[in-house]
Amino acid sequence: MYLVALLLLGGILWQGLVSVHPFGDPGEVPMDQYYLEKAQPEKAANNVVTAIVFDYRGFDTLGEGAVLFTAICSVAALFRQGGHGK
Amino acid sequence: MKPMSVIVRTVSNMFTWFLMVFGAYVIVHGHLTPGGGFQGGAVVATGIAFLLVAQGGDRLLPWVRPLYLTFLESLGLLAFLALGFLGVRRAFFYNALANTGSFWFGQPTPLGANSGVLGTSGTIALMNLAVGLEVMAGLSMILLVMFKGIRLYETQGKGEAGHDR
Amino acid sequence: MIGNLPFLVVGALFLIGLAAVVFERNLIKIAIGVSLVESAVNLFLIVLGYRTGGAIPVFTMAGKTQTMVLPTPQALTLTAIVIGLATTALMLSLTMLLYRHYGTLDVREIRRLRG
Repeated sequence: MYLVALLLLGGILWQGLVSVHPFGDPGEVPMDQYYLEKAQPEKAANNVVTAIVFDYRGFDTLGEGAVLFTAICSVAALFRQGGHGK
Repeated sequence: MKPMSVIVRTVSNMFTWFLMVFGAYVIVHGHLTPGGGFQGGAVVATGIAFLLVAQGGDRLLPWVRPLYLTFLESLGLLAFLALGFLGVRRAFFYNALANTGSFWFGQPTPLGANSGVLGTSGTIALMNLAVGLEVMAGLSMILLVMFKGIRLYETQGKGEAGHDR
Repeated sequence: MIGNLPFLVVGALFLIGLAAVVFERNLIKIAIGVSLVESAVNLFLIVLGYRTGGAIPVFTMAGKTQTMVLPTPQALTLTAIVIGLATTALMLSLTMLLYRHYGTLDVREIRRLRG
C-alpha cells in the first residue's frame, strides 16, 4: 500500500519537474539583476552572495543563528547528568 | 575512545594546525573570496573532530573545556545582534559603515572585476567574524557533549548491549 | 525531457530518501533517509539558478565581463544547510537516548514496549 502511494508521488513529481524552465535558461530575473548591478556601488562588497546573506537579507540570518543556538542548547540539555527531580 | 597508533597521532598533530589556519583564512576573507562565516566555522570544527578521533577523548577533554565554548558561542550571537543595531536610525540591519571612509572597513571598492581590497564592505566583514565564532564553538560543543554522553554510558557497566536483530 | 535531467535526478533522490524513511526498521537508517531528502531539496535550489556559460557571482579576480549565475538561490541554500545540520544533530541525540532507555534500535519493538 505504501508502495502505491510512493509511485503516485513519483508520477506527480515527474509531471512537475519536466515542466520547470529548461535547464540553464532562467529567463529575465529583475531581482537578481538589481543585486548584481548594485552590490558594488552601494554596499562595497566583492562577494555578492555574502552581501545578500548578511546585508540585503540579514534578518533571515538572524533567524538562522537563533535556530542553531536553540539546537545546541537542546543537545546540551538532553545529556545532563545528576539528580533529576530536585 | 582509545587513542590511535603513533603514525596517526603524528600526522594529526601536523594537520590540525593547517586546518585551523585555513579555517581562519576562509572566515576573515569572507567579503572577497567565496566562503564566509558558516563555511569557515565548519572547517575549524572539522579540525577539532579530527583531533578528537585521533588523540582519544581523555587527552582532549581537559584541554578544550565546554564551559569556555559556551561563553564563546553566546558572545558570537550577541555580537551579531549588536551589529544589527548599529545603523538603526534608517533601518534595522542597515550597513552604516560602508563607503564612509572610517577606519573600520570603510573604503569604497573599484567597480567591475578587480583584485580585492581588504578594507571594504563595512558591517559585512564584522558579521563574518561573529558568525564564524558562533558556528565554530557550537559545532565543537555538540561533538564534545555527545562524546561525554557515550563515555558515561560505557562506565556505568552496560557497554555494548545487544543489537536489534 | 533529456534536457531537464538534473531536475529528474533531484526527484529520484527525494523518492529514495522517502522510501528509506517509510520502509526501514532501524532508527539510524531512518535518520539517513531524512538527510537524503534534505540533500535533494538543497540540490534543487541550486540547480534552479544556473545560466549556461556563467561564472560565480564574485568580482574578485574575475576575467573578462561575462554572464553570472543567479546569486539568490545560493544564499537561501546556505541557511537550509545549517538548519538541516541542527535537525540531524537532534535526531541522533534522541536516538542515543532511546537506545539507552529501551536497549534496542528496532522501531516496531519500541512502539510495543511503552516505557
